[in-house]
Amino acid sequence: MSPIMPNAEPSFQTDRRQLVACLKLLLPAHCLLSDDEDLRPYECDGLTAYREMPLAVCLPESEAQVVDVLRTCHSLGVPVVARGAGTGLSGGAMPHAQGVVLSLARFNKILRLDRDARLAVVQPGVRNLAVSEAAAPYGLYYAPDPSSQIACTLGGNVAENSGGVHCLKYGLTVHNVLRLRVVSIEGEIFEIGSAAPDAPGYDLLALLIGSEGMLGVVTEVTVKLVPKPELAQVVMASFADVGQAGDAVAAIIAAGIIPAGLEMMDKAATAAVEPYVKAGYDLNAAAILLCEADGTPEEVAEEIARVTTVLREAGASDIRVSQSEAERLRFWAGRKAAFPAVGRITPDYYCMDGTIPRKRLAEMLSAIAAMEKKYGLRCANVFHAGDGNLHPLIMYDAAQPGEWARAEAFGAEILELSVALGGSITGEHGVGIEKINQMCVQYKTPELDAFRGIKAAFDETGLLNPGKAVPSLHRCAEYGRMHVHQGDLKFPELERF
Amino acid sequence: MPHLSGLDELVTAIGAAYEAALQAPLDSRVALRIRGGGSKDFYGGMLAGEVLDVGAYRGIVAYEPTELYITARCGTPLAEIEAALAERGQMLAFEPPHFDMATLGGCVAAGLSGPRRLQAGAVRDFVLGVKLIDGTGQVLDFGGQVMKNVAGYDVSRLLAGSLGTLGVLAEVTLKVLPKPVAERTLVFAIDEAGAIARLNQWAGQPLPISASFWHEGKLWLRLSGARAAVAAASDKLGGTAVADGERHWLAVREQTHQAFAGTPLWRLALPSTTPALGLDGLCSIEWGGALRWYAGEGDGVRELAAKAGGHAVLYRAAESLRCLEGAFAPLAPPLLALHRRLKKRFDPLGILNPGRLYAEL
Repeated sequence: MSPIMPNAEPSFQTDRRQLVACLKLLLPAHCLLSDDEDLRPYECDGLTAYREMPLAVCLPESEAQVVDVLRTCHSLGVPVVARGAGTGLSGGAMPHAQGVVLSLARFNKILRLDRDARLAVVQPGVRNLAVSEAAAPYGLYYAPDPSSQIACTLGGNVAENSGGVHCLKYGLTVHNVLRLRVVSIEGEIFEIGSAAPDAPGYDLLALLIGSEGMLGVVTEVTVKLVPKPELAQVVMASFADVGQAGDAVAAIIAAGIIPAGLEMMDKAATAAVEPYVKAGYDLNAAAILLCEADGTPEEVAEEIARVTTVLREAGASDIRVSQSEAERLRFWAGRKAAFPAVGRITPDYYCMDGTIPRKRLAEMLSAIAAMEKKYGLRCANVFHAGDGNLHPLIMYDAAQPGEWARAEAFGAEILELSVALGGSITGEHGVGIEKINQMCVQYKTPELDAFRGIKAAFDETGLLNPGKAVPSLHRCAEYGRMHVHQGDLKFPELERF
Repeated sequence: MPHLSGLDELVTAIGAAYEAALQAPLDSRVALRIRGGGSKDFYGGMLAGEVLDVGAYRGIVAYEPTELYITARCGTPLAEIEAALAERGQMLAFEPPHFDMATLGGCVAAGLSGPRRLQAGAVRDFVLGVKLIDGTGQVLDFGGQVMKNVAGYDVSRLLAGSLGTLGVLAEVTLKVLPKPVAERTLVFAIDEAGAIARLNQWAGQPLPISASFWHEGKLWLRLSGARAAVAAASDKLGGTAVADGERHWLAVREQTHQAFAGTPLWRLALPSTTPALGLDGLCSIEWGGALRWYAGEGDGVRELAAKAGGHAVLYRAAESLRCLEGAFAPLAPPLLALHRRLKKRFDPLGILNPGRLYAEL
């Protein structure tokens, strides 16, 4: 074996024939894919710009098989990438060229739904929406609702710490998961958390959730179910200026209101979605805000009245309140369908996921407008205004030479500005492979070192999802050499290229 | 050790202890016992080492009411933080106990939440970011001041409840929430089994219940939210309205209520639907059935809690007893191994609060 450079990406050399032969001993034929044409559908997740072919895909049906696969990969030194529905948007489930994809798609059973204790025990391949559907007869639901909830799985939600439009009031995945059953890369099973609160010891649940499949493979998730509010109603407000809309968001919070959802779309986004969903959006507005109140009918009436007053005082040019459940869903339809709607007006788009302090919203949007000119690409903005989580959709055409590179640079600049404004490079999509360079911008060496230490505590050999989420110092050094921070170029006297 | 009032001084003190420990043989290493207001000396395992007083490193660093966060230094008294929040109609929603002197650092390190945890969540649910000084004297920044941040592992939340064994929480950013517009306290006469059943029934309905407390045949319930919602729920639930409910919840939060007087006092965290355990001298029930307090010798309490799918903390007892029994329920071997590796990563020489969480850490 060649010596490994300190802090370099670990490199792996897998004997494919040996690997497949070993896996064949563990799994029935229908649980193992190894022909190129069968592997092709797994070469990327929802971030299609990055692709890699795995050596094999395992589709285990039991926890024992998961243990076997992990043990074998561990003993052979083969990387493992766990995968749910593959709807992730940061390339977190992109395969490793020398590794195996471990699909949890067949772990799709709801094992237990306890109405009295208000919890569900589910397998990781269960779809997010399926949990709420199963709980609906009891008047309960699972609160985190990423836009992809019809397809994304609980296991993937745990890996990415997914949010959704309701997380301002109801929290992210980390606030709604009670217990995980996990298999380590060595094939050892452990459980963290329980149906009882405040498990003793370190809060490993917090560490595992959002760890992007790098610390263990989840085989069971216990989630909290909450009572479905009796009523939800949404206010839609138009603003002639995005800064004004941003201020309106702050004013709502300052008034002591935590809405169930608080979302914003700019003109480019409403223009893209209106022909698609016909939600009745004000196409003349520079931005529209959607603000949802939920609770008992009395509570909702009180909150809607207060929100309406605040919005009017904040300068909203038009305010509409949903008068029926059908109208409420129509108001939301556009926001929920923003991604596919933008997908109709451009061959490709690149969705970013930065978080900024709410008060910097107008600043960020004008910077994005300037970047549109700089990179010669259009950008539509939809975001979770309540928690400052932006989703700029950069439109490009992959068939045009150079456009993807420009889109990528555009996205990187947005993320780096998010950090400069006091925010984060990812609010809910994860770092994956996509934002790995920007991790070097958000964190300094000591923090990255600590992340690597945590990784090693769980996965000493670094076989779980290598190359994702936490960059090597080597990688940061490479990226840092090119990185210009706030106009400060290191060694400006040196010529480049 | 003198009062340390600057970050540099804290870093230097820990760095010096680390350097000294590097030189010293394993069995004569000096440990540091991190201390803020000293309000929770009773809590956890052994109190070992020279006191590292962080109480003077205090003050609110940033407070943005419209961004819903507050950042403060570890020695800042909770009372100071809550007074600042109250001026803007906001609160720490997890209602941590003050025990007179509690500081922000100790509050997060201990991870104890108060009556509102039932509705709002625990301390860890509100931690957005921390500035940590690890066991080598290195300063690390995790998380930040925004609600949503999934870049890197969530170390900030990992530190909640870690009892200072991974580092000094020099600065903490917490999410804050608006105070509810209206609150009302109701009291019901009901036995233990009935209270547990009813609390779970209510929790499955969209009711604005923000706290519950059962003791000696009386169930106290707090409703919080919009005025109209509190009134409607109160009509629906019945019970007797209490004029001075706030004082009652304060007594529960601060554990000055007589239900907490016995020793040794056990704190049992259980699935909320767990039937009455039938322990003699059971004191009280909080959090919709999920938290139960029991004062007594406690033979078999830990096993009973584990059997029910929960765990028991030997909460208030003589230090000798806590060291003998272990304050916290033992960890499964793979989890203990993970704890040891994490401890080693953040505090390689084991100088910070050794034995405070587990004897092995």
